[in-house]
Amino acid sequence: MPYPLKRLLAFPLVMFGVSVFVFIAIRLVPGDAITAMLGTESGLLTPAQREALTAYFGLDQNIFVQFWRWLSGVVQGDFGISTTYGQPVLRVIFDHFSLTLELAVLSMLLSLVIGLPAGIYAATHKDRPGDLAVRVVAMLGQSTPGFVVGLLLIFSLSVFFGVLPQMGSFVPFWQDPLGNLSQMILPALTLGTAFAAAVIRVSRSAMLDILSEDYVRTARSKGLSRRRVIWRHALPNALIPLVTLSGVEFGYLLGGAVLVEQIFALPGLGRVVLDAIQQRDYALVQGTILFIAFNFMVVNLLVDLAYAALDPRIRFETK
Amino acid sequence: MSSLLSVRDLKVGFGPRPESNEVVHGVSFDLAPGETLAIVGESGSGKSVTSMAVNRLIDFGGGRITSGSTAFTRADGSTIDLARAEERQLEGIRGREIGMIFQEPMTSLNPVLSIGTQIEEVFRIQFAMSGAEAKTAAREALERVRIPDAARRLTYAPHQLSGGMLQRVMIAIALASNPRLLIADEPTTALDVTIQAQIMGLLSEMKRETGTGMIFITHDIGLVAGFADRVMVMQQGEVVEQGMLDAVLDNPQHDYTKHLLNAVPHFSDGRSVRHDMQRDEGSRKVLEVEDLTVRFPVRAGLLKRQTGNVHAVEGVGFDLMQGETLGIVGESGSGKSTTARAILDLVRPTKGRIRAEGLAGAVSDKPVQMVFQNPNASLNPRLTVKQLLAEPLIAVRRRIDAEAVSRMEMLLDRVGLPADSLARYPHEFSGGQRQRLCIARALMLNPSILVLDEAVSALDVSVQAKVLDLLIDLQNEFGLAYLFVTHDMAVVERIAHRIAVVYAGQIVEIGPTSEVLANPRHDYTRQLIKAVPSLDRRHSDYGIDLTEIPSLVRPMGWEPDAPRYESAGEGHLVRAGA
Repeated sequence: MPYPLKRLLAFPLVMFGVSVFVFIAIRLVPGDAITAMLGTESGLLTPAQREALTAYFGLDQNIFVQFWRWLSGVVQGDFGISTTYGQPVLRVIFDHFSLTLELAVLSMLLSLVIGLPAGIYAATHKDRPGDLAVRVVAMLGQSTPGFVVGLLLIFSLSVFFGVLPQMGSFVPFWQDPLGNLSQMILPALTLGTAFAAAVIRVSRSAMLDILSEDYVRTARSKGLSRRRVIWRHALPNALIPLVTLSGVEFGYLLGGAVLVEQIFALPGLGRVVLDAIQQRDYALVQGTILFIAFNFMVVNLLVDLAYAALDPRIRFETK
Repeated sequence: MSSLLSVRDLKVGFGPRPESNEVVHGVSFDLAPGETLAIVGESGSGKSVTSMAVNRLIDFGGGRITSGSTAFTRADGSTIDLARAEERQLEGIRGREIGMIFQEPMTSLNPVLSIGTQIEEVFRIQFAMSGAEAKTAAREALERVRIPDAARRLTYAPHQLSGGMLQRVMIAIALASNPRLLIADEPTTALDVTIQAQIMGLLSEMKRETGTGMIFITHDIGLVAGFADRVMVMQQGEVVEQGMLDAVLDNPQHDYTKHLLNAVPHFSDGRSVRHDMQRDEGSRKVLEVEDLTVRFPVRAGLLKRQTGNVHAVEGVGFDLMQGETLGIVGESGSGKSTTARAILDLVRPTKGRIRAEGLAGAVSDKPVQMVFQNPNASLNPRLTVKQLLAEPLIAVRRRIDAEAVSRMEMLLDRVGLPADSLARYPHEFSGGQRQRLCIARALMLNPSILVLDEAVSALDVSVQAKVLDLLIDLQNEFGLAYLFVTHDMAVVERIAHRIAVVYAGQIVEIGPTSEVLANPRHDYTRQLIKAVPSLDRRHSDYGIDLTEIPSLVRPMGWEPDAPRYESAGEGHLVRAGA
């Protein structure tokens, strides 16, 4: 059986574990759904009305019955109806996910494009001024919280250049690529700062280790140019720890999107989760978190496949 | 005679101020085309630094040539001073006119690129060949170093090949462009002795075929006897003696050369064995091993089901008398270390019986103690000598009282370390002294048996000889039995009363040292003896025999036939039918 298929078979098991956890966790949060949904008006409800609503949403059943009903729906592709949006959960997710995914992918690309060359430059100029500058930037990037970076970016751009990032109404990429990018670039930079700093540090230290390896000396003894030694012999080896980092960080990017979407007022999945938790929108919370977990697993599967592609020592047995 | 390489007063330093941190102090030598120069010295002699200064790889290791010249005659007849050449010029010379082979074949090839890619690269870069051309050239290069099935091997990644194969690939890369100079930096040190003989044989063949000049760096002067034309002896960054090989070997002038030649463990086919403490059937039997078998499971698949076994040790049996040394000889993967570990209870035997008996006055019920190969790695750098020596006592829950401390002092004295060592840390000692510390530590519990796993292999030859002497003295004084695991035939000839030759997990021959070494009966024992480098055989060549050790992985339920042994004399047994 091919390795990726084997990994896919493990998905349902993990997903089940995640759903049990989320199902219980959201119900442990104090407060009830009816009060959260109706706000102050809930004070006007008679006990009978409240009971009727509770029964309507199925919240009067014991937790096992609730879980079973929800789960049997999920298996059939029915994640329930969101109480806040009044729409099917899956619909809400798909409406908002494309923005968050774009944000995460964009910030990841930016981080790699900035971080990797900077890390390689620093490693090949070890202890010279360029290396020190890169290291200072990396340390600042890693220790400054994302929202500070975001606010500083907005502030400096609007005050010094009079440019204000377009907020509020979101333009999808396929409708207006340029408009979309001009809208997304600042959030992506904000979200990616810490990741870019991590990429710099990891690629620098990996490169430094690799440049003192025996096989790099062999490559030099063959008369290869400095450039070819770095790009052909050292880089493929340095990518292995970077792939590990990217896999882990991608999960954090999805999480970090909650904050960045808030700052830049973007209608992404992060805000949906935040709202859903505040509103005790059980079905939506369960649906989105399950969805994010699924994405995380897909990314990690891709990471493992990337390992195999990069490093022949990591082989997956096929029967 | 025209010169290929002429090095004059070469000085090399390291660090930001290389002038004040010099490690090579003015080396001069000449190399004629097609000639082989051996640079011999112990670790820290500057021999590797000198060789890497020639093609200026030293630049990438933090080194600088501070003065001197290295005039290299290029293929077109022009001469270039490599010491002052630009990096761009050097790139056209490295790999094209100067090839290089390194010590560790396992780490010297890029793990993520195929063998083929790494060979083809030379042809693409140095000769601007196209893809198909380079591929053909790479295949021919592999065939030249006698790698069978070369076309398929080109697609292999380095981890799929054995150390000996990889070193052949390295030679293929170094010789790809028919360089005029080949620098070989300890190319066989990391390899087993029979593989070493294969590589030496291949290198002599290549030298004949291509007529390349060669600089061969080694710590083992015996290895280059019969191989090099001239020899240069280095000590602490200086050349102490150089000349024609025969002249230096027959009539060494400098004290250090004499010392090196004396220190080389001479292997003499079992003629110079120990005559003290002979095996006496009347004395006490301290160790008995019967039918020892260790198998490690091989797992595969989603559920990690066991699909077979690695038969690391199979039906091994021997005994050991008080005061006797049994040498266990074999190459990597033969199961010799696993046998030692099983006796120490570090791995669980699949079957078999091990019975070890303590001495009358033993401190604990642990009669077996061990000394490992690498003294640097087996001493915790954060503990003082006193704490290190206390460890075995702590392990058996003994108090560290005045008596224990006086035992420490007594043992330090016996192993030849100063009395004030107790408060010091391992890094304050030299490699040989550290191994003495390890021996003292192993003796703390007054064991009856010491297992020495390659205990002198990591030491320089002169230090090695002293530690062997110490071990013999200690054996005489305490009546210790040694189980001496090694790959080094000269060492085993020096210290062992009896020898067990292990091959593919089984004992193929066992008997008195003089018998086994002088009259080897098993094919493998003969092969092993033939492969030993030695000063005495400087006029014989290394033959090319490229057999690989068989795989030890077997399917589930596989049981070997019980080994049968034939007697070949008093206490000399040879495995039959294999």
